[in-house]
Amino acid sequence: MTDSATRRATHTMIGIVILAVMLFPVYWMVNASLQPSGNTLTAGFLPLDPSFAGYRRALSEQGGNLVTSLIIATGTVVLSLAIAAPCAYALSQFRSRWVSIGLLAILISQMIPGIVIANALYTAYERIGLLNSIPGLILANCSNALPFAILILRSFMLSLPPSLVEAARVDGAGLFRAFVAIVLPISRNSLITAGLFSFLFSWSDFLFALTLTTKGGIRPVTLGIYQYLGTQVQNWNAVMATAVLSAIPAVVLLIAAQKYIAAGAVGGAVK
Amino acid sequence: MAQATLTRTVAVRRGRGRRGESLTKVLFVLPAALAMGALFGYPVVKNLVMSLQDYGLRTFFTGEAPFIGLKNYSAMVSDQLFSQAMVNTALFTIGSIAFQFGIGLALALFFRRRFPLGGLLRSLLLLPWLLPLIVSSATWRSILEQDNGILNRTLTGLNLIDQPVPWLNSPSVALIAVIGVNIWIGIPFNVTLLYSGLAEIPEELYEAGQLDGATGWRAFTHITWPNLRAVAGVLLMLGVVYTIKVLDIILGLTGGGPANATQTLATQSYERSFVDFKFGEGAALSNLLIALSFVFAIFYLRSTRRAVDE
Repeated sequence: MTDSATRRATHTMIGIVILAVMLFPVYWMVNASLQPSGNTLTAGFLPLDPSFAGYRRALSEQGGNLVTSLIIATGTVVLSLAIAAPCAYALSQFRSRWVSIGLLAILISQMIPGIVIANALYTAYERIGLLNSIPGLILANCSNALPFAILILRSFMLSLPPSLVEAARVDGAGLFRAFVAIVLPISRNSLITAGLFSFLFSWSDFLFALTLTTKGGIRPVTLGIYQYLGTQVQNWNAVMATAVLSAIPAVVLLIAAQKYIAAGAVGGAVK
Repeated sequence: MAQATLTRTVAVRRGRGRRGESLTKVLFVLPAALAMGALFGYPVVKNLVMSLQDYGLRTFFTGEAPFIGLKNYSAMVSDQLFSQAMVNTALFTIGSIAFQFGIGLALALFFRRRFPLGGLLRSLLLLPWLLPLIVSSATWRSILEQDNGILNRTLTGLNLIDQPVPWLNSPSVALIAVIGVNIWIGIPFNVTLLYSGLAEIPEELYEAGQLDGATGWRAFTHITWPNLRAVAGVLLMLGVVYTIKVLDIILGLTGGGPANATQTLATQSYERSFVDFKFGEGAALSNLLIALSFVFAIFYLRSTRRAVDE
């Protein structure tokens, strides 16, 4: 063993310790969700006698809300990508002074607090009947997903050579057809990245779920957890089981699409 | 001859195409422009107008919202919670960002060293940032619970404290606990951005520095930090803009309590509008939030202008 090999092994050990500290709350969430019902906060460090009572309760009480969240998040992905992709292409390939104006507008949009949007959308939705509706929440969630998707897609499409589309145009394809047939397939990875983030943004949304729904009816799972916290913190196992179920998309995306996620975090913020 | 005709036909077709094409080009942007207008332009204008109106519960029945000048703003400033909310917002923002950035930078520098599993560990570190905020809030509430939460049990077991600390139940500790949770949430994002900034610094700079005796701390101050400043600037401004409007975490952990100890401008704006149904006053508070974000936005746009120009 050389010195440097020992040092690298030490670094790996330190790295594992750092990760263990940072992810302890996530472990604790899983651990607490596997406790038998009652006040589960007395849980030991290991779920030696795991019980699925919390999950049974979570699924029966929050199962519908999980489906609602899934529908809203999927809708947000579809709508925001459909709107963002052509716009990102325009902002990356068209020559116009409007391009920099558009980019400035997107950057400014990131400064606008969600509560401002909620205030205004509530009054508008109240009038046009979109309160307590899935389309209303999908639209509101696009305020998180859309600017981000445009920036991610544009930063990729900037690297496309104009000749790519020109070639198809010579063959007589219209601009839009060339976009669908050539640009979109090539942009697959960036579409996946933007789609993943749109899904996560929408799935995690709490502010719009809280403000744009009134009693009963449509209730995303984030709101379900919030109401658990307000009313029955005695049943920690059900609360934590719901939290674990709500964390699944984040975990799946992190494991299945690691490189896209890191790329998205950097691309959306800096580019 | 045939060649010339062909060229002309192509030219004509192209000319006709161009006119139709500028319309197509508009159609590429139109849906996004409409959506951005509805989701950002309209809310900003609507909040400005509402903040000048007596826009309350009655408005939803009668449709009347009489203009009352700046009364919502004077009500906002004279509210006894206003100064506390301002101070809490400042403490929350500065405290969160200072530690997120500091710890994030330390971890990014650590992960910059190449070692087995480094990349995997670094990407798993992102998990807290990807979790829904309300999930994190619920988890931390169980950890910080006063009587049986694992943190107090551990600290008591280690004899570090005699009495359980009322993390979320005492007005003097709650803000610190909330800031702590927000730091935990923000660290992964800071690590990722700073790491990508570090990765762009050419290795040759360090090799050259080594010849001049710049290693360790000197390498950091002379090579790393100057090259990282642009990324750090963007990150800090983004941090302010994102943190100043945080609502989910506070509502999930404390709901602004105990005894209003964790009220911020964002939670106050939410309460005015959606608890008291005084949308005029809620709008005034949220306009103050926009104004504060905008001050920092100017710095932010300055520091990102280079990225946009590219």
